[in-house]
Amino acid sequence: MKILVCISNVPDTTTKIRFAEGNRAIDTTGIQWVINPWDELSLTRALELRDDPSNGIKSVTVAHVGNADSEPTIRKALAIGADDAVRVNAGSSDAYFVALQLAEVIRKEQFDIIMCGIESSDFNGSAVGGMIAESLGIGSVSAVSGLSISNNQPVMTREIDGGREVVAMTAPMVAIVQKGIAKEPRIAAMRGIMMARTKQIRVYEPVPAEPLTEVQVFEKPAPRAACRFIEPDNPAQLIDLLQNEAKVI
Amino acid sequence: MSVLVYTENWDGKFKKLSYELVSYASALAEMLGTTVTSVTIGETDDNVLKELGRYGAEKAINVTGDSLKTLDNQAYAKVISDIALKEGSKVIILANNNSGKALAPRISVRLKAGIGSGVSKLPLNLDPFTVYKRTYSGNAFAHLVIKSEIRILTLAQNSFEVAEKPENIVLEKVQSGIDGSLVSTVVSETQKQSGQVILTDAEIVVSGGRGMKSPENWPPLVELAGLLGAATACSRPVSDEGWRPHEEHTGQTGKIIAPNLYIAVGISGATQHLAGVSSSKYIVAINSDKDAPIFEAAQYGIVGDAMKVLPKLVEAVKNMKK
Repeated sequence: MKILVCISNVPDTTTKIRFAEGNRAIDTTGIQWVINPWDELSLTRALELRDDPSNGIKSVTVAHVGNADSEPTIRKALAIGADDAVRVNAGSSDAYFVALQLAEVIRKEQFDIIMCGIESSDFNGSAVGGMIAESLGIGSVSAVSGLSISNNQPVMTREIDGGREVVAMTAPMVAIVQKGIAKEPRIAAMRGIMMARTKQIRVYEPVPAEPLTEVQVFEKPAPRAACRFIEPDNPAQLIDLLQNEAKVI
Repeated sequence: MSVLVYTENWDGKFKKLSYELVSYASALAEMLGTTVTSVTIGETDDNVLKELGRYGAEKAINVTGDSLKTLDNQAYAKVISDIALKEGSKVIILANNNSGKALAPRISVRLKAGIGSGVSKLPLNLDPFTVYKRTYSGNAFAHLVIKSEIRILTLAQNSFEVAEKPENIVLEKVQSGIDGSLVSTVVSETQKQSGQVILTDAEIVVSGGRGMKSPENWPPLVELAGLLGAATACSRPVSDEGWRPHEEHTGQTGKIIAPNLYIAVGISGATQHLAGVSSSKYIVAINSDKDAPIFEAAQYGIVGDAMKVLPKLVEAVKNMKK
């Protein structure tokens, strides 16, 4: 079986977001780009599965839609341990556009398990994985917090609101992955970084696709009122405020 | 032409979330000059369906079929898409929860409909159709234009007040024609939490961080949560250490919640943590470090050792209840 892990590159999660171009885009000056945290966990789990020969995973490929600027993020995924990579040479205009590009990569190269993070930490859309599956007419399981291989079939834990289920699905399928899938992201070792330099990144040109959405403008969240401090010896005052001022208890 | 809203069947019942969705759909339908139709999949009693009328649904469609007993994203997305086409719906509304996130993108591709995910208010503009959407994990909001003829919105939980309307609802039962071969999800085991408040549904959440110092120190926090009818949560280091189960982890990579009241005990308030809780209506912070960033997000704060403040808070809540 072959696994594809779709990766997005996002500003490091501690970045203070500033805007540019009349608030139509973010200011990328000084931003440290990283693999989207859920994609990084997906990749880690994919590599764990590959590294146990009993699972019969032949290879783990990463795919990314982005310009040449994003190659360092792809190299990082290769350094962590992915076997090879695909980059679709286009800016990521919206989830629909990105999903159609990735679906085309999957049609060309054929994968059995396609893993996507449940959202990206920049756009928070939670859309690409499901869109890929529907474009290909294959099954998808969302909110996956555990993935293993049993009798050549992916078996997953999926989170439901207030519980969880164990779910099996015949490949090819898309697993949309959340926290819990791997304990901690795998870190690139020096040997991996050296090897990544010679690993292949196949570059495809995008297929025509019309984005369905467009950001008109960004804005900062409304500032919150200053915190009102209550003496530690007087929690009754806090309870009173919550009851009579905020009216939340 | 109606606004279509997916009201999730939860063991034959609806959660408050569904009433929020219908209330939102009803307000949006008023802006558009149309009506609200709901779709529910799986066996549901008429009396339960009629409840949706109290929040403004004028038609409740209940689709049932042997192949729809458990959530299969492909099959459910087809059911909802087919109904949207039949009803001529131009806007489809789902919750921004696990099932909404699973279905919306599939419906999007079927209908070539753009998604505005995690919206927290009514559209800013109808032409072009512009929604207000959380981005950068709450550090920015976008005015997003949805350019397609059909639009899909997923509504952030607890972001829209339920509003009652005069009731005028018709029910429609539909036997699904979904072919079993479309269903590829095989569920072998289901576990549901019982007897405790579910974190993502909770109106009050009491959450502990590293300032709790050790897992043995949790009983007063759990007691406080119990007294307030609250769910318990924790920060990432706490779940990583195994002090609390990972289901309790709230934050950017954990659960994203928006309760009316979030009480953060011994949580410093790293950007990643705030990303998961910043939509809470009120935040109370208890932390020994007066410079902790959590106090910038909080409306009420107590600077003090969690282990000393918590028991006093428990006492104060008990006195309030007397």
